[in-house]
Amino acid sequence: MSDVSFVRTEMLPEQAPPASEVGAIGWIRHNLFSGWFNSILTLVSLYAIWYVLSGVLPWIFQSVWNANSLNECREIMIATWGSTHGHACWAVINDRWLQLLFGFYPSHLYWRPIVSLILLLVALAPVLYSDRVPSKMLIVTAIYPFLMPFLMWGGTIWGPIAAALGFVVGWGVYTLVSKRLSGLFGMVAGVAASVIWWLVLSSYFVGALDSILPIGIEAVQSRQFGGFMLAILLGVVAIGVSLPIGIVLALGRQSDLMIVKYLCVGFIEFIRGVPLITLLFVASLLLNLFLPPGTNFDIILRVMIMMTLFSAAYMAEVIRGGLAALPRGQYEGADSLGLNYWQAQRLIIMPQALKISIPGIVSTFIGIFKDTTLVSIIGLFDVIGLASAIRADTAWNGIYWELFAFIAALFFVVCFSMSRYSMYLERKLQTGHH
Amino acid sequence: MTTLTDPPKEQFRLSMLLYDTRYRSATIQVIALIGFMLLAAWIISNTIQNLEGLGKPIEFGFFAESASYDINQRLLEYNSQDSHLRAAFIGLLNTLVVAVLGCITATIVGVFVGVLRLSNNWLIARIMTVYVEIFRNVPVLLWIVLAMAILIEGLPAPNAFRGDNPTATMDLFNTVAVTNRGVYIPEFLFSRSLGDIHLFGTSSIRFDISLDLIAFLIVLGGSIFTMRKVSAWAAAKQESTGDRPKIWHIQLGILFVPMIILLAALGFHLGYPELKGFNFRGGTHMRNSLIALWMALSLYTAAFIAEIVRAGILAISKGQTEAAAALGMRQGRIMRLVILPQALRVIIPPMISNYLNLTKNSSLAIAVGYMDITGTLGGITMNQTGRELECVLLLMLVYLAISLSISAVMNWYNNRVKLVER
Repeated sequence: MSDVSFVRTEMLPEQAPPASEVGAIGWIRHNLFSGWFNSILTLVSLYAIWYVLSGVLPWIFQSVWNANSLNECREIMIATWGSTHGHACWAVINDRWLQLLFGFYPSHLYWRPIVSLILLLVALAPVLYSDRVPSKMLIVTAIYPFLMPFLMWGGTIWGPIAAALGFVVGWGVYTLVSKRLSGLFGMVAGVAASVIWWLVLSSYFVGALDSILPIGIEAVQSRQFGGFMLAILLGVVAIGVSLPIGIVLALGRQSDLMIVKYLCVGFIEFIRGVPLITLLFVASLLLNLFLPPGTNFDIILRVMIMMTLFSAAYMAEVIRGGLAALPRGQYEGADSLGLNYWQAQRLIIMPQALKISIPGIVSTFIGIFKDTTLVSIIGLFDVIGLASAIRADTAWNGIYWELFAFIAALFFVVCFSMSRYSMYLERKLQTGHH
Repeated sequence: MTTLTDPPKEQFRLSMLLYDTRYRSATIQVIALIGFMLLAAWIISNTIQNLEGLGKPIEFGFFAESASYDINQRLLEYNSQDSHLRAAFIGLLNTLVVAVLGCITATIVGVFVGVLRLSNNWLIARIMTVYVEIFRNVPVLLWIVLAMAILIEGLPAPNAFRGDNPTATMDLFNTVAVTNRGVYIPEFLFSRSLGDIHLFGTSSIRFDISLDLIAFLIVLGGSIFTMRKVSAWAAAKQESTGDRPKIWHIQLGILFVPMIILLAALGFHLGYPELKGFNFRGGTHMRNSLIALWMALSLYTAAFIAEIVRAGILAISKGQTEAAAALGMRQGRIMRLVILPQALRVIIPPMISNYLNLTKNSSLAIAVGYMDITGTLGGITMNQTGRELECVLLLMLVYLAISLSISAVMNWYNNRVKLVER
């Protein structure tokens, strides 16, 4: 017997995987050329990308930035590149970007919408990033709803203060009455007091104080509002107000109270069944008919009301989905702790239901923000309305790609950030175990 | 020892309406109802007062008056002497046309994009993601207006097709003319036509149905019925003998032969558009407004449908595919018998709500001048007659009726495919 072993006694040294399976080459083989069909798809998409980019990149970068009309633009293009085809005329944006952003807002007052926007971000920070921003900043958030209209519309400072005082009055009456009688009475009395203050007393208050202490800034008319600023204004108001109304409607729809439930169902289904444009027709043509003769309030306010109602109905359905997805045990658990209806909603049900419905809520936000462009149809000069006006101008007659690309980019940035934020929030609030 | 006695019967006190949960819900509901009725009464009385002040009480007589405006894109015959009601009806049909066309295209594009987003190919999945994000994050109104601008400014005028060296030529073997006044496509003509039947006499919803179309549908229905019989026969044979007879060529024959015979008997031919004078004649003229609206709505909605399809396919666990494969099913059957029935249950409800959105978004037609119901009833009719209240309320009712019917279909379908649980 010789000493030949049939089993290898020493280990072979580890070898690097074949170059075709790892690294960039391996990745390309797996993801782009994993079969004949995949390879064809890759080649076709590469061609498509090249085709699009070879058209778009020169169009964007070999472009004219300074000109006063489309014809001048074309002359410069012919002088520089020999043809007008495939070159953008960004001069129209250079010429009109302030108008596209601010509409006909007086140019010496541009600081006001800008400050409003910055304050909006400051006010949103403690809400959106509650773990990183100190909660004391919430004071800014509370003040903002009164500060923003003052900055945007200007006029006397006593108007917003009177509006804010309405809440103080309501709160005061509520605490007074609920101490003497019950909480329910206090609630009703508080709301009634606020409404009386806003509808009847506040105008005297503003008038009196304005004649004594006329503090204020230059007023701006609603018809001067426009551009992307209008979209943000309408979007922020509709989004901010529709969330609480949507929650109330969703609770109403889920409630055991038959009449309340059917009122909510009727409202939600009616609003969801008609296009927003018909509601905007109501805002621009009919809302004044529904109010006491002689009332004529601001068109932007009317549009805000209808857009808020519209978005609230969609919000209610999204939140109802969240409520329905919650296991029955959560409701029963809250009951067994002896919580009453509102305590259970506030402490147990809503935090979970809202968390489940975050994607739906944010996509409703994005939807309503995009839908603000519809106001151009009832004659407000938002970005799309201004784009039509610019295209009708003799200097820029015939231009469209540049204008719409600019507007699309504005909306894309805002909407895309909103959708990314919702993904971040979902990850942050993820408490399940995976 | 204590003895249990019934608690004393409580007398009903007024305060129990507030403090006793048994009565409180009734109190709240009564207050809510009274509040709602007061609000409604207030609004109605204000409206009546306002309308009296304006001197136009609510009445619908104006619908019988002559509309005296033209609708250039229409399915049925209409002229400017017809009534406002007829115009609204034509508009309603136009809404339905663009909604149906849009839903079909959006579904095709959306399913295609949604499936490709799940592709193993990294590049194609990214391209489709870019498509979805771009279309979802930009307002649909912008897409509609942009599509209209491209069609008007970017396409050749009809006179570019003229002359010996035309700068533009017709597409698809000289059958389709794409111009900045719209697209001209071949129309179906019958040289031995059976004629039309006229329905509803001279009322405003009168319309004609082509007997050729009815004959075609009858033949098609008959063919499909026979095909189902044949496949039932094949299935029965498979059950009894284990061999499935080859039937696909029989099926094709049953489907196409009677159809071709009928079309030949009716003298079917295509009418091509031709350049005559300043414009194209013949063929079917699809206006720019229709095409812009159709394209923009379908591409926009397709981005949403793509996400739904993707989510639906991802919702079916991989175990289902593997189990089906373990049973020896082939790829196509796994898709048809295992994956799709489950995925469709997830996909269909949000898909229908997107169809609903597309239908409602079609009201943006007014931005490009397509005469749908918003353009006729809520546009020119309203402006001409000054009857805002009546027109807007009717417009809302029409859309509400459309939405509620689509919702009814959705609920019916949901109940049909619902998992039966005990």
